[in-house]
Amino acid sequence: MGSQQRAGVPITLHAVTKRYRTALGGEVQALNEIDLSIVAGEFVSIVGPSGCGKSTLLMLVCGLIPPTTGAIRVGDRTVKGAVDNVAIVFQRDVLLDWRTVLGNVLLPVEIKKLDPAIHRAKARELLRSVGLAEFEDKYPGELSGGMRQRVAICRALVQDPGLLLMDEPFGALDALTREQMNLDLQRMWLRDRNTVLFITHSIEEAVLLSDRVVVMSSRPGRIADIVNNDLPRPRGAHTRSEAGFVEHVERIRQHFLALGVLSET
Amino acid sequence: MTAVPETAYPPAASGVLAGWVNRNGPVLAVFAAIFALWEIAVRALGIPDYILPSPSVIIVKIISAWQLLLVSASVTLQEILLGFGLSVLIAIPLAIAVVYSGIFERVAFPFMVSLQTIPKVALAPILVMWLGYGIMPKVMVAFLISFFPIVINSVIGMRSAEREMIYLVQSMGAGELTTFLKIRLPKALPSIFGGLKVGMGQAVVGATVGEFIAAEHGLGYLQLISQVRLDTPLLFAAVVVLSLLGVLLFHAVAWVERLALPWSRVTTQAAE
Repeated sequence: MGSQQRAGVPITLHAVTKRYRTALGGEVQALNEIDLSIVAGEFVSIVGPSGCGKSTLLMLVCGLIPPTTGAIRVGDRTVKGAVDNVAIVFQRDVLLDWRTVLGNVLLPVEIKKLDPAIHRAKARELLRSVGLAEFEDKYPGELSGGMRQRVAICRALVQDPGLLLMDEPFGALDALTREQMNLDLQRMWLRDRNTVLFITHSIEEAVLLSDRVVVMSSRPGRIADIVNNDLPRPRGAHTRSEAGFVEHVERIRQHFLALGVLSET
Repeated sequence: MTAVPETAYPPAASGVLAGWVNRNGPVLAVFAAIFALWEIAVRALGIPDYILPSPSVIIVKIISAWQLLLVSASVTLQEILLGFGLSVLIAIPLAIAVVYSGIFERVAFPFMVSLQTIPKVALAPILVMWLGYGIMPKVMVAFLISFFPIVINSVIGMRSAEREMIYLVQSMGAGELTTFLKIRLPKALPSIFGGLKVGMGQAVVGATVGEFIAAEHGLGYLQLISQVRLDTPLLFAAVVVLSLLGVLLFHAVAWVERLALPWSRVTTQAAE
């Protein structure tokens, strides 16, 4: 166990709700009384059906939208406005077509005015660690979907974020690439140990990657259950067939059957 | 095992020159065919020059009147470039204002749309009355015709940044100016250049229309007087030179676009 020079930040959500006004004048309750505590350096997944407010939760945690009621704390500060020290990875890689791969990874370094020399070296090292060293000077248009998402992850990690927010980052990739990315992500997280809040539709993915899995119900989203997951790390391709893994996946699946999200009739 | 005969796949010409031939060959062949038919038709049917001159007569005219055509072209070119330049200088800031201010958009758009729909031929005499017979009315007509496509395309381009992109840089702590400079503006460039290409074509039309109304020089003016004198070969010569000018200017914009957007070529190549 090496030294933790990059420990993650803890997150607390207390009685958080979020209501939206619709264009027709009505109100939509996206989230309902969310209470959640995440320890520094923890990898937490959120699984839930479409529209349950998972993405809203992410937006609330990073401060880009305010809660209707309740309080969110990241690190030791209440969230008011965009949180420092947070990096987001979306489902769409959102790379800038007009910058090279390296230029894209360095975007947060420029915006946050971080030390260019140190971070340039770090960016190149990150790209090397995901196998994209020869693609530094290429444009995103020349890369495949999986490669682009890897660049997006490097861009997130170059900032040394205490908190990594990932909104279905592998949702747009084919199944095999997705499995590989799961393993790559785990490898990077084991090295950096930031706090990760990971949204996914895939129960298996959640159980493979996380320390805890938050099960959410449909809109208005509330937490149906939190499943502790202490399968030994590092987890690999073999983990999917282990008894403990299958058990956790089953338990979560039962929740969705009970909630009516899945139906066998 | 049957071997594929070599004649089944005729070798594509390779090299830069051959590449150019491959790309432009068909178009040039079609042009050549049209000119050939035109020449033959005029001679065979005995059509007089003042109605429809044959390509050979037009070419002879271009060569013999080259100085006049060159001077006229440079006058028209000046009007086009000044009008277009004015368009760009006004259209881009206008587009930024429209994107960033809802009120400005609601107030300015009706004005711009009605300006666009008024035939400039109708406006031109008013402009001549105000601005005289010099270069200004032509510049103004070129400006009025060409600025709207630039505004519209710029607005579309500046609004095309995806929501996640904006969220991304906001989460990095970027303010409005940074977001504009690093995201909205570069994302808008392809659309802006589309608008510039259309605008350039419009500026050519505008300068010519301005010259029809009131001019003493230029290719449009040349068309008018050659029509009055029934010098149809000169009329056609002026039209040919004007077209060439338009094509050249369009390609000039396209060339600047290729310099400014090095990645767009890359993307289209990689789209397999």
